[in-house]
Amino acid sequence: MPLDLFTVGEPIADTKAPRDVPIDKRWDERKFRAKLVNPANRRRLSIIVVGTGLAGGSAAATLAEMGYRVQNFWFQDSPRRAHSVAAQGGINAAKNYRNDGDSVHRLFYDTVKGGDFRSREDNVYRLAEVSTNIIDQCVAQGVPFAREYGGLLDNRSFGGAQVSRTFYARGQTGQQLLYGAYQALERQIGLGNVEQHPRTEMLDLIVVDGRARGIVVRDLITGAISSHFADAVVLASGGYSNVFYLSTNAKGSNVTAAWRAHKRGALFANPCYTQIHPTCIPVSGDYQSKLTLMSESLRNDGRVWVPKERGDERDPRQIPEDERDYFLERKYPAFGNLVPRDIASRQAKNVCDEGRGVGPSGLGVYLDFTDAIQRMGRKTIEAKYGNLFDMYNRITGEDAYETGMRIYPAVHYTMGGLWVDYDLESTIPGLFVIGEANFSDHGANRLGASALMQGLADGYFVLPNTISNYLAAGPFPKVDATHPAAVEAEQGVRAQTERLLSINGTRTVASFHRELGKLMWDLCGMERSEESLRKALDRIPEIRHEFWTNVKVSGEQGRFNQNLEHAGRVADFIELAELMCVDALHRNESCGGHFRAESQTPEGEALRDDENYAYVAAWEYTPNGTPPVLHREALEYEYVHLAQRSYK
Amino acid sequence: MNLTLKVWRQLDRTQKGKMVTYHVTDVSPDMSFLEMLDVLNEKLILEGDDPVAFDHDCREGICGSCGLMIDGIAHGPEQATVCQLHMRSFKDGDVIDIEPWRSGGFPVVKDLVVDRSALDRIISAGGFISAPTGTAPDAHAVPVPKKDSDAAFDAATCIGCGACVAACPNGSAMLFTAAKVSHLGLLPQGQPERDMRVLRMVAQQDAEDFGGCSNIGECSAVCPKGISMETISRLNHDLLGALRAGAVPTS
Repeated sequence: MPLDLFTVGEPIADTKAPRDVPIDKRWDERKFRAKLVNPANRRRLSIIVVGTGLAGGSAAATLAEMGYRVQNFWFQDSPRRAHSVAAQGGINAAKNYRNDGDSVHRLFYDTVKGGDFRSREDNVYRLAEVSTNIIDQCVAQGVPFAREYGGLLDNRSFGGAQVSRTFYARGQTGQQLLYGAYQALERQIGLGNVEQHPRTEMLDLIVVDGRARGIVVRDLITGAISSHFADAVVLASGGYSNVFYLSTNAKGSNVTAAWRAHKRGALFANPCYTQIHPTCIPVSGDYQSKLTLMSESLRNDGRVWVPKERGDERDPRQIPEDERDYFLERKYPAFGNLVPRDIASRQAKNVCDEGRGVGPSGLGVYLDFTDAIQRMGRKTIEAKYGNLFDMYNRITGEDAYETGMRIYPAVHYTMGGLWVDYDLESTIPGLFVIGEANFSDHGANRLGASALMQGLADGYFVLPNTISNYLAAGPFPKVDATHPAAVEAEQGVRAQTERLLSINGTRTVASFHRELGKLMWDLCGMERSEESLRKALDRIPEIRHEFWTNVKVSGEQGRFNQNLEHAGRVADFIELAELMCVDALHRNESCGGHFRAESQTPEGEALRDDENYAYVAAWEYTPNGTPPVLHREALEYEYVHLAQRSYK
Repeated sequence: MNLTLKVWRQLDRTQKGKMVTYHVTDVSPDMSFLEMLDVLNEKLILEGDDPVAFDHDCREGICGSCGLMIDGIAHGPEQATVCQLHMRSFKDGDVIDIEPWRSGGFPVVKDLVVDRSALDRIISAGGFISAPTGTAPDAHAVPVPKKDSDAAFDAATCIGCGACVAACPNGSAMLFTAAKVSHLGLLPQGQPERDMRVLRMVAQQDAEDFGGCSNIGECSAVCPKGISMETISRLNHDLLGALRAGAVPTS
C-alpha cells in the first residue's frame, strides 16, 4: 500500500479485559478489579451523555439511578425520537427458553462468526452474557414483548442463527425498547437527577489536560453556542450510514459528534465496515430522501426469488414455480433465506447484475409470502407482520399479500465507529463511546437483532460499571468556559458556522449530500475494488473543495436553521467518506460487509486474509490534510476457531 | 402534477405568522409529502428565500417527529403520519393548506415546527414503571395473559406525535395520556404505581396548556397508530378508582 494515503503508527491494544482468567470469568473479574465510587460521593461527579437512543437513554437513566449527576443532550425535540425507535425485528438473548440448544457460548460463537471473525472475543462474550439481563430489565419496565397464550414470551429466529433466540414486539421492537429506556430517563428527569438539553447539537469535544471534560453545543432553537463541562463524556450518537445520503437511517442521523471527537484525538476504527441490509423497499425516483427497511424477520416466512430468465417482465403471479430461481435456498440449503445480511445482499446484487432483477428499475428481487399464507393462513401472517405489509402498501401503493414485496439492499448500519477498549473508553481518557457510535462487537458484519442487544448492554449494564473505575479518580479540577481549551473549541465552532453562512454559492447542501452519497454507494458500497476506491479518493477532495467554496446555506446563525444544521453534518460526512475509502482500500481482503472484488472464493464468497488482516484498523486524525495514521489492534482468537464462514 | 401550497410562515414564537402561497411543479405521485416539501425548500434556498421549517426524522412513520395540519386535518387525508402520506393522494391543480399543530399546549418554534415538550413532562410525571437497572427478576417470573399483553401493546404503539391534541377541538392531550396509562396499567408490572400514575399524569396534563376531554373522538380518528378511545375509558376508570381509594397526588 503506498504510503501517500496513510502512515503506520504504534499498535494499539485493549489492556482492560483480564486475560489471565477464562473468558467466562472476565466480565465478573473486571467488575471486581474495577475501582468503585462510594454512593455518597457520586453526587459530586457529573457525566455528559450525548444521545438518547437505546445506548444513550439507558445509560443516562442508569447513571442517574446510581446517583451521578447527568447532563443529557440530544438534537431531536424529545428523547423518544432517537433513531433506535425505528428498529423493527427484535433483540437477541441467550435465554434458551426454546430449549433448542442455545447458550451464552452459542450466542457468542454465532456473533463472532457472523462478524466474519473481525470482532474482539472478550467484548462479544460479555455481550452474550448480559443479553439475558436485558430481557429481564425490559420486561420489568413494561416492554410489551410478544407472548404466547400461556403468558410466556415468544421467540423467533433471525438471520445467521439456527436457534430461536430473538425476542420481539411485533415489528416495533426498537420502539418499545426505546420507550422503556425513555420512560426510565423521564423518571430521572422528573426526580431532578438528569439535566435535559433537547434540540441541542454537540459540535466539539473539550479536552483539558488530556481528559475529555466537556462539549461545545449549539442550541438549535436560538442558535446560541455554549460549553458544558463534566468529569466524563459519553457519546451515544449513533452510526454514520447517512454518509451514503440514501440509507434506512433517520434524516437527522449524523457522524458529527463522533467525528469532532475523532478530530480531537479519538481513534476511528474500521470505518469501511458498513452493513447493507437485504430487505429494503427499492428506490423509486431522484427526489427520494430515504430508504425504508422491511424487517429481516420477513425472511422467516418470505421466500426470495427472481425469474430464471433475464428480462422476464411477467406479473410475478404468472411465473410458474419451475421458472423461478429461489437463489438463496439454492445456494445455501442449510440456512436458506436466513443467511446473514451481507450474504443475502450481495446475492441479490449479483442476480440483478445478471439482468434478472425485477421492478421498473431492475434493481429488486421478490420476497414472496404465497407459501406462508397457504400454510398458516393470511390471518397469522397479518398478526406477525401486519404493520410491515401496511407500510409497504403506503409507500408503494401495492398489496404485498397479493403480489409479494419487491426488495433491494440498502445501507442500514455501520459496524465501524470510535475505537473503545473493554471498558468502552476511547483513546481520549474520560471519553466513553457506546452503542452504534463505537466500533463495538459486530466485527465486519452485524447479525440481525444484535444492535438492540448491544445498545442496551452498553447503556444498562456495561458502561455504568466501567465508568466508575474512571470516575473513582475524580472529581477532576473545575473547568469553565474561560479555560483556554474551551475558548479555543467554542471559537472553532463559531468560525465554522460563520464560514458556512458566508460562502453563499450556487449549490444547496442537499445537492452535495446526494452527490457524495451516490459516489459512496457506487464506489464504496456493496462491492469495492482498488480501481473504484482510487476513483472515489480522487473525487472526494474535489467535492470537499467545491462544498467549501460554492455551497449556499440559507438563514442566520442566531435562529432555528435546519439548513445550517445539515450543512455542518454534510461537511463532516465528506471528511469521513475519505477515511472510509482509505480504510476500504488498505484492507485488501473481503470480510463481512466489506467485499473487495479482488478477494473472493471461486464461488464468489468473501475471502478473508487472516494472515495479513486479522486486526482492527484504528485511524488517527492528523490535521492540515496530512495522511491519517493507522494503528493496528491484533485480533486473537482463543475460543473461536478461525474458519471460512459457511452457511451452506 | 402541479400544486399550489399555502404554508404557515412564522419566524419564532414571539412574532405573528401568516399564510404564504407557493407553487410546486412536476410533482411525482410516488413522492412522499415531505419529499414534496424538500423540493420546495431546495427551490427557496436557491432563490435566496428562507426554507420552510418542519420537523421530521425517521420518515418511516415511527419516530413521531413530523406532524402537519393538511387542509385542516392532522397528518392529512390518510390515517398515517405525514411522512407516510404520498402525493398520489392528491391531484393536479390542488390547493393545499399546510399549518402547524394548533394548540395552546404546543407553542410554535418556527413555521411548522412546534414545541411538544409538554408531552414529555406528562411522561416524566408518572408515565413509567419504577424498575431501576439491575433490580429485575427473570423475565418469565410473571406470566402475562396474551390478551392483556396484546392490549398493552396496542396502547404502547403511541408515537407521541401530538396529532390527537392538534385535532381535538378542546386541545386536549387525553388520548396521549390515556395510551400510556393503559399500556402500563394493563401489565402486572405496572400495578404497584397504578393509582399514583394516573393521578400524577392527569395533574401534569392539567398543568400544561391543554384543554379537557369531552369524548369527541377526533383524536382517535386522526391517530396514525389508531389508538382507541377505549384507552380514555380505561383512564377514567383508573382515575375514579384511585380517587375513590383515597389517593392524593403528592406532586
